[in-house]
Amino acid sequence: MKPSGRRVRSLFFIVGLSMLALAGCDDPKYMPVLSPQGPVARSEYYLILYSFIVMLLVVLGVFVIYFYVITKYRARPENKDYVPPEIEGNTKWETIWTVIPIIIVIALAIPTVAVTYKLVKPPKVEAATTAAVGKSLTIDVISEQWKWVFKYPEQNIETVNYVNIPAGVPVNFELTASGPINAFWVPALGGMEYAMPGMNLKLWLEADHPGTYQGRSGQYSGRGFAHMTFNVNAQSPADFAKWVQTTQRTAPKLTQQAQDQIQKPGLLNKPLTFSSTEPQ
Amino acid sequence: MNGVVNWAVHFFMLDEGPLIWLSDFLIGCATIGIIVALTYFKLWKWLWDNWLTTVDHKKIGIMYLIAAVLMLFRGGTDGLLMRAQLSWPNLHFLTADHYDQIFTTHGTIMILFMAMPAIIGFFNVAVPLQIGCRDVAFPYLNAISFWLFFSAALLFNLSFVVGGSPDGGWTSYPPYVENFFDPGPGENYFLVALQITGIGTIATGVNFLITILRMRAPGMTMMRLPMFTWSVFITSIIIVFAFPVLTVALALLLIDRDFGSHFFTVTGGGMPMQYINLFWIWGHPEVYIVILPAFGILSEVVSTFSHKRLFGYSAMVVSMIAIAILSFVVWVHHFFTMGAGPGVNSFFGVSTMAIAIPTGVKVFNWLFTMHKGRVEFTSAMLWAVGFIPNFLIGGLTGVMLAVPPADYQYHNSYFLIAHFHYTLIGGTVFGVFAGIYYWWPKMFGVLLDEKLGRWHFWTFMIGFNICFFPQFFLGFMGMQRRMYTYPAGYGWGIINLISTVGAVLMGVGFLIFVWNVLWSARFGQRDTTGDPWDGRSLEWATTSPAPEYNFAIIPTIKGRDAWWLMKKTGESINGPKGVPFRPIHMPNNSGRPIIMSLFFFIAGGGFIFQWWVLAIIGLLGVLVTMAQRSFEYHDHHYIPVEEIERTEAAAGRL
Repeated sequence: MKPSGRRVRSLFFIVGLSMLALAGCDDPKYMPVLSPQGPVARSEYYLILYSFIVMLLVVLGVFVIYFYVITKYRARPENKDYVPPEIEGNTKWETIWTVIPIIIVIALAIPTVAVTYKLVKPPKVEAATTAAVGKSLTIDVISEQWKWVFKYPEQNIETVNYVNIPAGVPVNFELTASGPINAFWVPALGGMEYAMPGMNLKLWLEADHPGTYQGRSGQYSGRGFAHMTFNVNAQSPADFAKWVQTTQRTAPKLTQQAQDQIQKPGLLNKPLTFSSTEPQ
Repeated sequence: MNGVVNWAVHFFMLDEGPLIWLSDFLIGCATIGIIVALTYFKLWKWLWDNWLTTVDHKKIGIMYLIAAVLMLFRGGTDGLLMRAQLSWPNLHFLTADHYDQIFTTHGTIMILFMAMPAIIGFFNVAVPLQIGCRDVAFPYLNAISFWLFFSAALLFNLSFVVGGSPDGGWTSYPPYVENFFDPGPGENYFLVALQITGIGTIATGVNFLITILRMRAPGMTMMRLPMFTWSVFITSIIIVFAFPVLTVALALLLIDRDFGSHFFTVTGGGMPMQYINLFWIWGHPEVYIVILPAFGILSEVVSTFSHKRLFGYSAMVVSMIAIAILSFVVWVHHFFTMGAGPGVNSFFGVSTMAIAIPTGVKVFNWLFTMHKGRVEFTSAMLWAVGFIPNFLIGGLTGVMLAVPPADYQYHNSYFLIAHFHYTLIGGTVFGVFAGIYYWWPKMFGVLLDEKLGRWHFWTFMIGFNICFFPQFFLGFMGMQRRMYTYPAGYGWGIINLISTVGAVLMGVGFLIFVWNVLWSARFGQRDTTGDPWDGRSLEWATTSPAPEYNFAIIPTIKGRDAWWLMKKTGESINGPKGVPFRPIHMPNNSGRPIIMSLFFFIAGGGFIFQWWVLAIIGLLGVLVTMAQRSFEYHDHHYIPVEEIERTEAAAGRL
């Protein structure tokens, strides 16, 4: 029996429908992981692409053998009398399909290890921007139930549920949590890292250009977890310096009352900005 | 008085709204229905004598599988509720609290109360028959294992309507699940139920390890074992090494919650990371515990329906051993994002990729078993053939996830969700369905209907792909697991809708399966030969269903595919004619396992609600039933020769 026309048609229909659905999503803002906006996300993206292509080759190879075998050796009325031979194995072929995966794994392992080590270090900085802001920027990130607190220790600024960074400058996010574990994730700029209580994990991220990028928590932490989103506003170094100055001058100091409000489990209506990082 | 009423309303969650009321109503109807039916048809004694007290591996296997199908229904309903909630942006059909509980019970039930009993059910149904023995090494312990699982499953499901379900996810990471953030009995249900079923599973691992080592028929050397039995042997070893770690992790967390210790609370100097490590040191081997037996089933089914010997037997065995060893050195890949440093992440990334090598060997060996065969697409074979491409996608996306820097982007996203559903459904569930269609006649003496079987396969398989393939893209679009709702504007809505349609189709496939079971029980083709598929291993040498003693005379094995060889040389399973039967030594039924598990249930309730009197009564009951067993001297009986002769004559084997 050949595959019936109806079955093939319905298959095309399903594939077509999914394509149609995905066609609406090729805007970079819809696929942040696949349209990286910074060097960290870019090296992760290349690795994703590379591993995907390698795996695609494997899938295609196996599918060819698979469809060949299940169509050619299918039981049919014509081959009723065919008695399959009893084959124990075949050393040559078995060696081949052991060695090929080993080669594939090695081909995948080398760039994997290289990039894993590379991401621990800050992305390379362009000389022009270094002068403007200094070598890099450190921001302490604390996940609360269920909001994100950003402290700029050098600038003495605290923001809640949004963070401003200079574009083209590597930013060292130092992550911790006051309660349950969360994961700090800005897909357009790079992969995530856990924010854990009692720990201080580092994550380097950098934005190529000014722009606003969505961030969220990647680790379930209770009922408000789905709402733990924040914006990362990358600004030109000059704009960033101006924002720092304005904030230091005009934003209110962090009060004990505001601090309690932030630490209480719940959601905030709007992002907050303070010109100090310790409650006064 | 008012206080008592308020307490009861809260305790039975009547203040939680229509979802709970509906569940209460359905549970009540089902319970009353079962009691009325059993009483009306006078089946209580039959149920007690034949099923509740049985130590027969075949019946225990069937009970495991029935429980697994029921739990598949429960877990599947959870899944459909979640898909309904996510089918469009900003839906609030479930509250955040309900959604959190439902994804937790979905994951926990599917892994521990659906996949585990399904594969252990097949251990019981097939292994003793395949190695030519009369029961497992410790039949009484086997019954205890089942009833521990069963009471744990009952306890866990009860949480939905009594006191509230756990809501920490099936991984249940502290510190979120500590009392401070997550008060109430919910999380205790998770810890206690898993503890009880875990004890049963360890006993099962020991039992099958010894059974396969010590109970093989003469001539059944290790390298002549059917491949399913090999997979069970290796799985049992993994169980024995992995489950005690879970026991420790759960116990520490329960002590934290019940007695205020600080193993994993940060404020008291504890370390949540340690729980995460312990959990996954069990958790990763666990996924191989549920996939290796599926590999075993696949090897049996592919070889039987290709009418050809399994290709590369030794390579199959070696690759399973390699997978088992590797499964213990990859656990960190579940938390590359926990900052272990590039050296550790690189090691665990590469060790994870290495699992692809033995798994690839297995896939090619299945393909080359079909090569030059005569491949019959029965329902069982459809599931096996469907397994290969679906599991391949699951496995290869697993390799993509093993790349730590890429994993920083995939972690906890719908890419991961899609990946592990491709391995657990495309792998384990497809394997279990293949096993159900394959061994159904051996279990019940009836074949499942082929036409309904094909409908079941195609709706479920297509539904599964429509449900989970789009989720890879949701991951790239930044959607995370465990979000109870999401705003519009991300472009997630339409893809989620497609996914939900697929989930509904899978539900339809499940209903077709249930219909197939009912229809076949009434009208299905009876298996009179005991060997409907022209099988190769020993379970097909005996009647369907097999007599209580399995084999009247223990066969002598002369090679691999023992029954196939016997058929080729025209030998009888009872050996040369004229060999006299001898009385067969069999274990007695016992009601104690179910009573002991009842005490475990009571003790569990005590630990969940911190009612210490109840906990002490339960634990004392467990000790007393254990002690009683030590003084039981008449625990076996002999089946007389006349009865064996009658049974064998009826089967046409005299």
